[in-house]
Amino acid sequence: MSTESIAWPSTTAASPSFVDHLHEWVTTVDHKRLGILYIVYALVFLVIGGVEATVIRIQLIRPHNDFVSPQVFNRMFTMHGTTMIFFVAMPILFGFANYLIPLMIGARDMAFPRLNAFSFWMTAFGGLLLYFSLVGANGLYGAGNAPDVGWFAYAPLTSQTFSLGHSTDFWTLALLVSGFGSIGTAINIVATILCLRCPGMTLAKMPLFAWLNLVMSGLVILAVSPLTAAQVMLLLDRYLGAHFFDTQAGGSAVIWMHFFWIFGHPEVYVLVLPAFAFASEIIPVFSRKPIFGYPVMVGATVAIGFISMSVWAHHMFTVGMGASVNTFFVISTMAIAVPTGIKIFNWLATMWGGKIEFKAPMLFCIAFLFQFLIAGLTGVMMSAAPFDWQLGNSYFVVAHFHYVIVGGILFCLFGAFYYWFPKMSGKMYSETLGKLHFWLFLIGFHLTFDFMHIPGLLGMPRRIYTYEPGRGWDIWNLIVTIGVFFQALGTVVFVANLLWSYFKGKAAGSDPWDAWTLEWSTNSPPPAYNFSLIPTVKSRRPLWDLKHPDDPDWKYE
Amino acid sequence: MRSRGSINWRVLGSQILVCVNCNAAGLSNPTSPLSPTNIFSPASTPAKSIFELSLFVLAVTGTIFLVVFTLLLYSVVRFRKRKNDDGREPAQVYGSNQVELAWTVIPVLIVVALFMATARVIASVQKAARPDDAVEVVAIGHQFWWEYRYPALGVVTANELHVPVSDDSHPTPTFIKLLSADTDHSFWIPRLAGKTDLIPNHPNSMWIDPHETGVYLGQCAQYCGTQHAKMLLRVYVQPRADFDRWIQQQRQTATTTDAASQGQRIFETTACINCHTVAGTVANGHFGPDLTHLMTRDTIAAGGAKNTPENLRQWILNPASIKPGSLMPAMQLSDPELDALTNYLETLR
Amino acid sequence: MNTILGATTMNLPARDEWKLPARGRVGMCALIAAEAAIFTIFVVAYLFYIGKSLSGPMPRDVLAPPFFYTVCLLSSSLTIHFAGKVLRAGNVRSFGVWWLLTIALGGLFLYGTASEWHRLIYRDGLTISTNLFGTTYYSLVGLHGFHVVVGLVSLSTVMVFTVFGAVKQEHAERVDVLSLYWHFVDAVWIVVFTVVYVIGR
Repeated sequence: MSTESIAWPSTTAASPSFVDHLHEWVTTVDHKRLGILYIVYALVFLVIGGVEATVIRIQLIRPHNDFVSPQVFNRMFTMHGTTMIFFVAMPILFGFANYLIPLMIGARDMAFPRLNAFSFWMTAFGGLLLYFSLVGANGLYGAGNAPDVGWFAYAPLTSQTFSLGHSTDFWTLALLVSGFGSIGTAINIVATILCLRCPGMTLAKMPLFAWLNLVMSGLVILAVSPLTAAQVMLLLDRYLGAHFFDTQAGGSAVIWMHFFWIFGHPEVYVLVLPAFAFASEIIPVFSRKPIFGYPVMVGATVAIGFISMSVWAHHMFTVGMGASVNTFFVISTMAIAVPTGIKIFNWLATMWGGKIEFKAPMLFCIAFLFQFLIAGLTGVMMSAAPFDWQLGNSYFVVAHFHYVIVGGILFCLFGAFYYWFPKMSGKMYSETLGKLHFWLFLIGFHLTFDFMHIPGLLGMPRRIYTYEPGRGWDIWNLIVTIGVFFQALGTVVFVANLLWSYFKGKAAGSDPWDAWTLEWSTNSPPPAYNFSLIPTVKSRRPLWDLKHPDDPDWKYE
Repeated sequence: MRSRGSINWRVLGSQILVCVNCNAAGLSNPTSPLSPTNIFSPASTPAKSIFELSLFVLAVTGTIFLVVFTLLLYSVVRFRKRKNDDGREPAQVYGSNQVELAWTVIPVLIVVALFMATARVIASVQKAARPDDAVEVVAIGHQFWWEYRYPALGVVTANELHVPVSDDSHPTPTFIKLLSADTDHSFWIPRLAGKTDLIPNHPNSMWIDPHETGVYLGQCAQYCGTQHAKMLLRVYVQPRADFDRWIQQQRQTATTTDAASQGQRIFETTACINCHTVAGTVANGHFGPDLTHLMTRDTIAAGGAKNTPENLRQWILNPASIKPGSLMPAMQLSDPELDALTNYLETLR
Repeated sequence: MNTILGATTMNLPARDEWKLPARGRVGMCALIAAEAAIFTIFVVAYLFYIGKSLSGPMPRDVLAPPFFYTVCLLSSSLTIHFAGKVLRAGNVRSFGVWWLLTIALGGLFLYGTASEWHRLIYRDGLTISTNLFGTTYYSLVGLHGFHVVVGLVSLSTVMVFTVFGAVKQEHAERVDVLSLYWHFVDAVWIVVFTVVYVIGR
């Protein structure tokens, strides 16, 4: 491409101003930029959610503590849960999906770039709405402020009778708005994967990352909508005198639980499938082997997607649904353990016989495997409904789901950050700081969440701002709180690593990991158009084929 | 390196051994050394059935954990890249149908076994037959206290539930119907049974048959508002004769002395009677706990404080100092009024 | 690195043989799936609360199945189908006529809903806050009506473009995608009608 013979019109010599940069980012429809916007947005809320968790843990460090009032504590756990799920986990996973899917399937952008931008800004606005409640929600005296109804907002606690002021409305509206954003992104991902794959990339040849995000998007489409419906019903109850959840008028509090958990359970698979996606890309590369059992992995993913829509009432075992209904949800919940376990075995088999390199991405994924195993097994324990009658609504559940979300999803996310940071920024991160982050966070995670199971086994319910001495819970709560500081320190090291490496890191090149999927064939960072020529592929690992022309994958797949 | 993940298992294991030994030796130890609310220290049939199921589940999941953990650890150590690596890629293995079949079939079989054990316990607890001489209690959850009614025995009380001890040879269980006056609550006494929720417009029921006398502790286990944390539970399991005597006493109307009549007058002319009942007087409010036999209780404010005159006075003066967010308003009484009122309440045995 | 993939010769299907579904259609189907999930929850609530109202007018007393307006709405699916057909054949004028007819029929349906609601509110005293029947009826029928309104707005926008001559034969596929939405709205009405006027009465 020669430019010497063309006389370009002279542009202004001044480089783009800050306002120009801002304008570019605010109006962008480029999937890579939107991906980064999602990720940065989520990281900010990760810190905020972490502060909320720290407040909770300081209050619980000893019995009858008075670090915060019960009212503030109840807002803390509500905001912590809502923030982490809707404004950290979902945006960050959508961010990675947005950034990577077009690159991995050989496309120039997502199917609907403007819908993409719209979805991001809806999600962003939702987060701002939720936090605006801190200043804007004042209703009757003593009411209002941030929502304090818990992240699943059970009726009738959320009715006008028990939730005065507007705090609950901010919760409802924030999630309603960001829900539209999530559905928009899911539609975009489905259309992109089904319609924009490069020539030769049949569904059976696309990276597992794409498969997992495809199923995840299907779940978002089918599961976030029920939440939207329930939110609308709640608003109708609160403002137009409807009686959906009005037990005084014959309405049912249990039906809110059904509607919420029909969303709530698939939601956790929405969160975990992209984490599986990261693991499925990272583990093969750092074991130097292809993923073991690709077709089975796809099948297990689809199975998980379907089964996850049928397990929701295992969150309601104590609600009094009757023996037959309880029994059904026991079997469906136990059933989903099978494809999930199969995935763990396949990752294990991928490492088996390989040559494992312990770089930061792989360290986090290995920890994920151990931790997700434990998390899955505590889930199996609770799927036995009578056992859940003891464990449910206690700190055992809190420990279990944090084990999945932090020990599973967040660890994979850290791995993903380190793995794709060179691609997104063009710079290499500091491996030393990465390992320091890993060990600090690992210690903190296990201090907090291993020991958190014990108070649950000893009868400590969740969502309590203080507890009685003499129940045997004190020492465990202390240890749990101590772990928080290691995790906080690890997170500081992580952010410092990203920032320092972005400005001072060594140039990474297009393929620092000697990997095999299409994104590693572009420059780092990729140009706006991704690929100068849309590639054509013949196997699941197009770059392996190029690097090993005598021994390409397509001969064996 | 990975041993941190196994720590809680060792603790659990030793705990289980302790409990099994205790039960096996027939020791009646109402309070486990670890905690009075330890789910692995059952004292009633539902809790015991759950405990036995949990041992099976823990054994199965524990075995799975050990096997997979060992394989993971082995693979990470054995297949790590060595320093003297020749730089060649290892054998590229894409999959194996036999292996996939194996690790599909085995988990399915495990699931079937777990499911059958679970289904049996669900039926035994949720479909238990109610004997004719079972004690019947209706528990009504309020923000943030517990109301108990014994319809067949004509008793209404609050916060401290009394039940007779049950003998396996001639069981006298207590069947509890669970209702709610406002939001969702949950009744959880870990040593007696799994938790069951109290949901408005959705009556539930549960049963307990405690084998040992004593006081059993628990608390509300479903977030119900500001003071969810201090909606504590106390169940007094008594020998039959003591229980009958307690019932008799609870059925009496309030007795009071002349010396307390000034306090009674204050009680009856202030808003107290809008919320509280004192049987035999004009006070018959239902929003707050029945106070007829207040002095027979060990705690006030649903376990928020010990039932002493000082605490009682403080509670009436300013509930928020003991339980901020409680729905009892501060009554704005003067010091002499408070003293008289407290004296009156102290007579409600 | 960028050009290596494109430059390598491989024995692969020629580019024009690589056909994937159209993104507009896939996107609309995904949207329809999401909307179907929302409607399902409202339908479930309706079915669950049948017979559970503690007081007030019951469905049997006040509901009269709107056969005429239902026929209008379902016919509009037919007219929109013909509109798409003639546009694909290149006849923009006929397309405009069928399209206008569709809008008119949809508008008529909305009028029917409005007049039914007027009667229910002012003659029978049934509002969303009267009882469980009122709550579930107005929310379900209202949600559907809302989707009809959104559909009519989209259809009217296309009508305006047609009048100004901006719609041509090559836009037939886009029009088809919009028709998908309209067919969905009609299909939902069949479900709502059955649940409210047949099962619920």
